[in-house]
Amino acid sequence: MADLISLKEIKRYYDVGGEIVRALDGIDLIIEPNEYISIMGPSGSGKSTLMNMIGCLDTPTKGVYEFEGELVHEMDDNQLASIRNRKIGFVFQTFNLLPKATALRNVEVPLIYANISKSERIEKAEKALNAVGLHDRMHHKPNELSGGQRQRVAIARALVNDPSILLADEPTGNLDSKSGVEIMKILDSLHDDGNTIILVTHEEYIADHADRTINLFDGKIKEDIKTNKRIRVSS
Amino acid sequence: MAKFSHVNSTIREGFRMAIEAIRQNKLRSILTLLGISIGVFSVIGVMTAIRTLESSVNSQLDILGTNTFTINKSPAIQIHGPGGNRKIRQRKNITYAHYEEIKRKAKLPLRVSVLDGTGERNIRYKDKTLKKSAELRGADEWALRSINAYLADGRNFTPDDIRFARNVTILGPDILDILFPFEDPLGKAIKIKGIDYTVIGVTERKGQAFGQSQDYFVLIPISLYIQRFSNRWTSLGIVFEAESADMYEKTMDEAIGLMRVIRKVPVGEENDFSILSNEELMETFAGFTGGIKIFAGSVSVIALLVAGIGIMNIMLVSVTERIKEIGIRKAIGATRRDILTQFLMEAIFLSQFGGVVGVILGIAGGNVVAIVLNVPAVVPMDWAFYGMAVCSLIGIGFGIYPAWRAANLDPIESLRFE
Ligand SMILES: Nc1ncnc2c1ncn2[C@@H]1O[C@H](COP(=O)(O)OP(=O)(O)OP(=O)(O)O)[C@@H](O)[C@H]1O
Ligand SMILES: [Mg+2]
Repeated sequence: MADLISLKEIKRYYDVGGEIVRALDGIDLIIEPNEYISIMGPSGSGKSTLMNMIGCLDTPTKGVYEFEGELVHEMDDNQLASIRNRKIGFVFQTFNLLPKATALRNVEVPLIYANISKSERIEKAEKALNAVGLHDRMHHKPNELSGGQRQRVAIARALVNDPSILLADEPTGNLDSKSGVEIMKILDSLHDDGNTIILVTHEEYIADHADRTINLFDGKIKEDIKTNKRIRVSS
Repeated sequence: MAKFSHVNSTIREGFRMAIEAIRQNKLRSILTLLGISIGVFSVIGVMTAIRTLESSVNSQLDILGTNTFTINKSPAIQIHGPGGNRKIRQRKNITYAHYEEIKRKAKLPLRVSVLDGTGERNIRYKDKTLKKSAELRGADEWALRSINAYLADGRNFTPDDIRFARNVTILGPDILDILFPFEDPLGKAIKIKGIDYTVIGVTERKGQAFGQSQDYFVLIPISLYIQRFSNRWTSLGIVFEAESADMYEKTMDEAIGLMRVIRKVPVGEENDFSILSNEELMETFAGFTGGIKIFAGSVSVIALLVAGIGIMNIMLVSVTERIKEIGIRKAIGATRRDILTQFLMEAIFLSQFGGVVGVILGIAGGNVVAIVLNVPAVVPMDWAFYGMAVCSLIGIGFGIYPAWRAANLDPIESLRFE
């Protein structure tokens, strides 16, 4: 079976006023299905850049990126959009929900771009919201929800299309610790259900939820360790 | 099929976004819509008004009979500078002698007849009188044909009535309504300026033309008219009828030539008389409406251009306001085309909405003319369609650049935008 994700010699350079910033400077990384990975590293080390790369929001300056055997670095805009839509679920630190739309509507939007009929969209979106425990908040708008609830809507939206991988860039970064724990519970159980998860965090105790921790420094992988000493809050 | 339903759902999403955006920025949207509405209103309003005018005129321009034209001293519609008016006033009158001479010499016309009119109020039958001056016309046996009227009852003038200046009269139905509401008028004598005239005929009702009744007239023999109602300003109209449409031009040329000879107009000088024909009335009218059409056209082109720029402006603002939203949509799978479609839809929807308002107001406004002229209301479907098509074009034309900008935003940059 092919690797889920394979990065070879991935580089991402930015040209800032003539000076080259090496946000990613030669990343080699293989990710198998149902892995639970945390990415750590100091600010500016390239964590978000790597996540955007894996999430097909960004394309490498150099290197080879294969997603389920397909060459992402050669894809055009429409193909990238389609991968983002069907294969990848993204959760952001700042939630990134559509502010004027209800929770249900927010979760429905990826399905619109996936060309799914209205009735099926509603059914799937309701199911995804149920899975994150928001069955009684479907018709609330983001400003009527707590931070933790908003992030749960974002997770439901990320999952609604049954993606191959869930990417979360500091998903608890804007939450109080209690909400953070709730979110981590959801991610843990998603992993238990067979999902592949990568999350970025600054917190050791969040990273400890994962089975594998990757440490970035200056755009390079400094450390890549299997932990296996999983701490589960409860279940 | 899948492709189609995808387009369909994107369009529906765009429609939804458009309504949401308009609802959230009511005032801004209304101001933008207003520009489009005014542009469409002016063109639809004027076109509707002209359409009602045209339909009323076309149905009424048979004031004169077919294949006929009239030679008068002065034109029916006078458009000229200050000098021109005096020139026309100094023209010699057209006399009965002119009429008799041209009638004798003209070979081509089917008939030549004579007509003149004046306002006269002093017309009564027993105790019934007119409140308002009637059109009193001196006529011959062809007059009914000249004014395109038909006898409803009684008989026409005979050549003898004319030759012997008999005291007989034919009445228009409006006169009949006043003088003979309950009586058969035929054979009765009415008094015009105190002298008795026997009613020999009444005409069918013609209705209105240009807002005026065409049925408020009294005909008497032209010979009597000249004796009793002419003065030094009286100038007759000579009506010619050609044998056929093909002979119309030739008949007119002959009449003009003869008239110049009879009135001794030197070679090279302008005619000292005017020719009135249905065609000429139509042309004058078409020239008049053409001017209005061009004016309304330019007003709406300018208004629509300004409105288009307004739409472009509002769309650029809208794109900037929603950079973050565009980033989110792209991150969860929207393609460039999805974003482009959504913003284009919004622009088209905005302009269509303004267009609908403009079309409705325009048709309503234009039909005020129909009410004034008392003709049936007109709904110019073709112009409404053009109006809406132009609105779509404006939406696309001025919305494409903002939409293109939105579609080409970088997803990461957009997501980071605050
Ligand atoms: N659009 C850009 N233009 C120029 N430089 C950029 C751009 N995006 C990122 N960088 C640079 O790339 C490097 C890595 O940035 P990245 O956002 O990946 O860091 P990070 O590890 O996510 O940091 P943090 O923990 O603060 O979120 C930084 O030095 C940053 O300044
Ligand atoms: Mg980051």
